[in-house]
Amino acid sequence: MADKKNDRAFAELIKGIVRDNPTFVLALGLCPTLAVSVSMTNGLGMGIAATFVLLGSNIIISLIKKFIPPEIRIPCYIVVIATFVTIAEMALKAYSPALDRALGIYVPLIVVNCMVLGRAEAFASKNPVFYSIMDGIGMGIGFTLALLLISGIREFLGFGKIFNFLVIKGFDPVRMIGLPSGALLVIGLLLGFFNLLKNHNK
Amino acid sequence: MDKFIVTSSPHLHKKESVRRIMWTVNMSLLPAAVAGVFIFGAGAAWIMALCILSAIISEAVLQKLTHRKISVLDGSAFLTGLLLAFNLPARVPFWIPIAGSFFAIAIGKQVFGGLGQNIFNPALAGRAFLTASWPKYVTTFTAPFSCDATTCATPLTLLKEGPGLDHLSYMDLFLGKKGGCIGEVCILALLIGAAYLFYKKYITWHIPLSYIAATALVIWIFGGKPLFSGDWFFHILSGGLILGAFFMATDYVTSPLTGKGQIIFGAGCGLLTAVLRIWGGSAEGVSYAILMMNAATPVIDRFTANRVYGS
Repeated sequence: MADKKNDRAFAELIKGIVRDNPTFVLALGLCPTLAVSVSMTNGLGMGIAATFVLLGSNIIISLIKKFIPPEIRIPCYIVVIATFVTIAEMALKAYSPALDRALGIYVPLIVVNCMVLGRAEAFASKNPVFYSIMDGIGMGIGFTLALLLISGIREFLGFGKIFNFLVIKGFDPVRMIGLPSGALLVIGLLLGFFNLLKNHNK
Repeated sequence: MDKFIVTSSPHLHKKESVRRIMWTVNMSLLPAAVAGVFIFGAGAAWIMALCILSAIISEAVLQKLTHRKISVLDGSAFLTGLLLAFNLPARVPFWIPIAGSFFAIAIGKQVFGGLGQNIFNPALAGRAFLTASWPKYVTTFTAPFSCDATTCATPLTLLKEGPGLDHLSYMDLFLGKKGGCIGEVCILALLIGAAYLFYKKYITWHIPLSYIAATALVIWIFGGKPLFSGDWFFHILSGGLILGAFFMATDYVTSPLTGKGQIIFGAGCGLLTAVLRIWGGSAEGVSYAILMMNAATPVIDRFTANRVYGS
């Protein structure tokens, strides 16, 4: 019995990273992905902030799911999510003002990140707390890894840097990849690439 | 054709094929290419060769990778490379044409499914990519007839930044004695090529005429200090307007199908070109104008489709 529980917990954790990756497979939360993936520092910061919010809201929503009337469940989720976003925003402002400035409006906007609301609606409101924690962590890691991949490509090609360190001297960066149009281009190509992999493995 | 096709009469057979049309268009660009080499020196030929070669190789590699039929000899990749080279200054680092051609073929064309499926003119997509990525190389132009690679602003840039244009006569502009991209400077050579395409009936008057007329009209009204005093003739003869109007806006894939649609398309290109030239941040606007109207082509086609007889 314990084995079975462990197996399922592991499955819930791992599915968010590859099979149900929020960015590349579910295509959720693309707006902050497009906007903040200019540098890997931003990507990592956004990933951690979103993971924190996702984990917190998954736990609380899973705990109170019996008390939420189904007719007004979305506003209830939003209130819970907004609480955690406020905590994340205040923590960022207090401990990392530079990152807070770089992420700007996109930290408060985690409230409307459809990845967080989507997991609350699709998973946490139907499953026990333990699995919801696993789901939140897995999805959070998947989101962070996707952000790191996109922002890594964009920062390297668009500015010639990785985590703000100059990698190759004399490399003339492809400035367009660092511009918003480059974000759409990189995400589109990566989505296509992951679909290709998925179809190959079938 | 080895397929037996059954259709109802009347039957008409035309010898045209994609390959034939593409190579004819390539041929019609020959005078402008020769003029470009004559004006800017051997460097221009080198850029054109690089562009064409890398476009063809990119297309072959991508078609091989995606298990499609390799069709590099149909001339469309050649045309994309050549048009991209026409849009570049004569002296750029060697990797600029390679990167531009690869982007034009990969993102501008193959991503959408190859020839006939692309939304945007591939060569212009390549140029827009280069302009956004490495503006300092793509907008530094060489002076005509200079062996030592002196740089020189285009007439439109001179106009935008204020200094006089007295040393340029209309004749200089017409024959190509001015700074600019390889293929756009010699209007005479471009017009010879365009005349050949008209003679072969590969392009119709709709797009070029409405494009140039709309540009001239808007420039005439708003281009000068008082209204109705803009130097429209100067604007027709400078920049990439002639190249764009006859060879790039008329691309079959990315322009509307009906005559009415083509007039709307051309007028839209002309309006946008003039607006970008007068009020835009950079001096030239032809490439962005055509790209924007490319995006509008499906809508234009939808509202100008011919009525089915009897409906």
